Amino acid sequence: MNRLAAFGRFWWDFVIGDDWLVAALVAAAIAATAALAAAGVAAWWLLPVAVPLVLWLSLRRAIRSA
Amino acid sequence: MSTGNTFLVLSAFLASGVEFVEALTIVLAAGLARGWRSSLAGLGVATLVLAVVVVALGPALTVIPLQGLRLVVGGLLLVFGLQWLRKAILRASGYKALHDEDAIFARELADAQGAAHLERAGVDWYGFTLSFKGVLLEGLEVVFIVLTFGSAQGSIPLAAAGAAAALVLVAGVGVAVRAPLARVPENAMKFAVGVMLTTFGIFWSVEGAGADWPGSDAALLGVLAFVALFSFALVRLLRRERLEAVPA
Repeated sequence: MNRLAAFGRFWWDFVIGDDWLVAALVAAAIAATAALAAAGVAAWWLLPVAVPLVLWLSLRRAIRSA
Repeated sequence: MSTGNTFLVLSAFLASGVEFVEALTIVLAAGLARGWRSSLAGLGVATLVLAVVVVALGPALTVIPLQGLRLVVGGLLLVFGLQWLRKAILRASGYKALHDEDAIFARELADAQGAAHLERAGVDWYGFTLSFKGVLLEGLEVVFIVLTFGSAQGSIPLAAAGAAAALVLVAGVGVAVRAPLARVPENAMKFAVGVMLTTFGIFWSVEGAGADWPGSDAALLGVLAFVALFSFALVRLLRRERLEAVPA
């Protein structure tokens, strides 16, 4: 069980990293892009708008917790 | 070579170079403190494990439909890129200490010299494990980048060529100087890699989600310029903010 937990923790650290909120918000932004595209709306602009905001939010969280 | 392929080779080269510099520090510390035989054995076994991962996953990735692959790879690269970028911005703006290969080398060396000696099959176990773990962990990131970049751009060999060039350069310099490569501008490289990973992440996620870029592949240059600009702006903003917070 300990090895399984360590394996899971390794992949969590590897993929998600220090701030899980980044992964969650990126997933939400990609899902919103897909939904807009499926509805026939131009959606290319959504991620370029979302990504700087996500990065800014993550930086503020890192600075606050330092 | 197309814009996408040029970025592919450059990104794989830079990202792999950073990881190889970190792996070299650990292999050197293990070699100097515990003997080269153990350290090089750890390096060799870790390289074999990484080769198995590449052989197992590489062909599997090429049979996944491109749009689905770009969606998953784009999302992963975006999360990965934002992690790199966040750390590089925090370091560049002074909120986080710069990565110091000399200090890491000294710490690893002291730990390795102080550890108990346990020999198995003529190999010092501590030196082997230290070298093996270091190369495997840093190497996994290289494998991830080479496979994801290569498969989403449609050319794993090109990405592998970028990584191989970085390996030859770092290993060559490492053997020549027998010291950690402390003069490598590591944070600048990490910043550049973060910008590239985030750029590819945005570009492929949008395509994978079924949306179209105005200007098709040429939009990649625009995304790159945009990501670089807002990253530099964030460094300037945070640096100014930090300096204003420090009492005169």
